[in-house]
Amino acid sequence: MTTAANADFAIDVQGLHKHFGQKHVVNNVSLQVRRGEIFGFLGPNGSGKTTTIRMMCGLLKPDSGSGTCLGYDILRQSAAIKCSVGYMTQRFSFWDDLTIAENLDFVARIYGIPNRRETVRQTIADLGLTGRARQLAGELSGGWKQRMALAACMLHNPKLLLLDEPTAGVDPKARRDFWDELQGLAASGISVLVSTHYMDEASRCHKLAYIAYGKLLAQGTAAEVIAQQNLSSWAIYGDRLIELQNILRNQPGVDQTVIFGDGLHVSGLDAAALERSVQAVIADKALRAAKIDTGLEDVFIYMMSGTADNFRGET
Amino acid sequence: MSRHGGFSLSRWWSIVGKEFLQLRRDRVTFAMIVGLPIIQMALFGYAINTAPKHLDTAIISSDNTTITRSFIWAMRNSEYFKFVGELPNEAAGREALAQGKVLFVVSIPAGFTRQLLRGERPALLIEADATDSTATATAISALNGITQSVIQKELTGPLAPLAGAPAPFEVKVHQLYNPENITQYNVVPGLMGVILALTMVMMTSLAITRERERGTMENLLAMPATPLEVMTGKILPYIGIGLIQATIILLGARFVFDVPLFGDIGAVYLVVLLFVAANLTVGITLSSLAQNQLQAVQLTIFYFLPNLLLSGFMFPFQGMPAWAQVLGNLLPLTYFNRLIRGIMLKGNGWIESWPSVWPLIVFTLVVMLIAVKTYRRTLD
Ligand SMILES: Nc1ncnc2c1ncn2[C@@H]1O[C@H](COP(=O)(O)OP(=O)(O)OP(=O)(O)O)[C@@H](O)[C@H]1O
Ligand SMILES: [Mg+2]
Repeated sequence: MTTAANADFAIDVQGLHKHFGQKHVVNNVSLQVRRGEIFGFLGPNGSGKTTTIRMMCGLLKPDSGSGTCLGYDILRQSAAIKCSVGYMTQRFSFWDDLTIAENLDFVARIYGIPNRRETVRQTIADLGLTGRARQLAGELSGGWKQRMALAACMLHNPKLLLLDEPTAGVDPKARRDFWDELQGLAASGISVLVSTHYMDEASRCHKLAYIAYGKLLAQGTAAEVIAQQNLSSWAIYGDRLIELQNILRNQPGVDQTVIFGDGLHVSGLDAAALERSVQAVIADKALRAAKIDTGLEDVFIYMMSGTADNFRGET
Repeated sequence: MSRHGGFSLSRWWSIVGKEFLQLRRDRVTFAMIVGLPIIQMALFGYAINTAPKHLDTAIISSDNTTITRSFIWAMRNSEYFKFVGELPNEAAGREALAQGKVLFVVSIPAGFTRQLLRGERPALLIEADATDSTATATAISALNGITQSVIQKELTGPLAPLAGAPAPFEVKVHQLYNPENITQYNVVPGLMGVILALTMVMMTSLAITRERERGTMENLLAMPATPLEVMTGKILPYIGIGLIQATIILLGARFVFDVPLFGDIGAVYLVVLLFVAANLTVGITLSSLAQNQLQAVQLTIFYFLPNLLLSGFMFPFQGMPAWAQVLGNLLPLTYFNRLIRGIMLKGNGWIESWPSVWPLIVFTLVVMLIAVKTYRRTLD
């Protein structure tokens, strides 16, 4: 049974709330993920990403709010959602005391995958783990565990992937391969919600959502998210940038200073005041300044500091 | 929709298979399954003697005279016997013994006093349920003194000549079920319940909390398997383990301790299965309460200790204070002990067993209801 009304959206949730004790962990989160879209879910540690994803696949019951996943109601039809969603947990959650082959075989049995043995064999071959299929999963290195988990949650050809930091600890080559594969899947109509802390991954998503302290602060394409914040940015290149950062921090128009590998990024809402401050500081020094496009990372760091007063005490 | 929601045999079977695989790799657990019954049997094979008092006694009196009343009074006065009622005939006496309602039946034959006064040395019959020989042995040995005191008190004056040796009447004690007073007869079958209670509750509560503690429960819950499939699939292997343990003890009982098996071996296994079911439901309930494996172990011990102490395994049930008996009557091990001893040592059938079977069934159903109510379907 599919509901025609939400046919466009793989995920369509409104006003999700979740408390743990007194802590308001997810606060009025609404998300819409179109079919065939890669949707990046960003936010600082403890901002409620994992909690939100868990509510979508029926692992946690929202205190209030409603919505659908693949057209199924997240409150009442979680059994149906579980059959067509692939959820990869943030923490490795396969069985350490089963071998790689046994883990995959178990998953395949639970989902009732036709042609089980062949599928499992092929998946192990694709992972490049054929020689180690009989190794215990607990003995794999962190990155390999991650890759195995990913393969396992895609075993049943889900229509929607919920991936919670799938590439944490995965090497750059494997990460790139993985994202190439994700984009291929998306092109074939599979929807993906992926949480990540990597900016390069964020920029490969079709859409982004940024959550902090349980509140959704921005949503849209990378360009929209950047534009929404109305930040102008300058990059300053030269030596002794740390001293410069300390000076600039208190100048009018400067809302944020961050040192990246290539230079000091200064951002602010008031473009004119920012420019005056930057020019004044570099005037008598051997420094070079250039106006740059505000990057995603600048925006995220800006949003993170802007919500710091919402901070309710982490445990 | 039914494909998603209903019970799927193949999913269930894959969970059973996974549990078996994990169990096979867990050497320590495996050692515990086999080692526990053997070590316990060796340790408890020689139990400590205790001398409980106020043991339930029934009387079949066909001769009510000063002398017989004096004898009953002396028995009661010794504090070993507590008279709980009068029975009409021998058949009723046997039934009460078989069902464990009383430990002793005193029969005073018709014309006892008349024969005594004529110097015919009549006999008083005391039948004892000696399955729990630690409970009855002391009381039985006290009977000699009781007889002597009655003779000295009652046979005075003109009757004094009767008081000489040999004693003017005889007290015949029939020890039923365990005539040689071998404590192992009682301890070894009792051990079966103790070991089953400990391993079944501990293993199931650990099996489920382990998934939660290691984070694999999140994965399991995100898959289409239903809670019922997960719960029953995970505990099925432990039913097998229970049967293995029961078999080890039965073999030890038969070939090491020579404990007789008067009842039906099928009945033994049926009762074992019922008891295993009762304990598995307890295990599941505890796993819902425990946040981690350590708590699961602690809760298991919290449940297990009263079972060990108050079920009649450690101390004879009849010898416990009333409040302890009330508590003991709430514990499944109490009923299992009565059942297994009854079947093995008395050859009890279903009719005699029923008074202990239905409390086990009620216990299982009630706890199962609690288990289902408290089972967490989400990570909350
Ligand atoms: N089971 C729980 N009980 C109590 N508090 C919880 C529980 N799970 C999460 N929290 C709290 O909820 C908040 C959000 O946690 P969540 O795991 O959703 O964050 P996150 O965005 O996934 O963080 P990260 O980037 O570190 O993975 C945190 O403050 C966390 O301490
Ligand atoms: Mg998280």
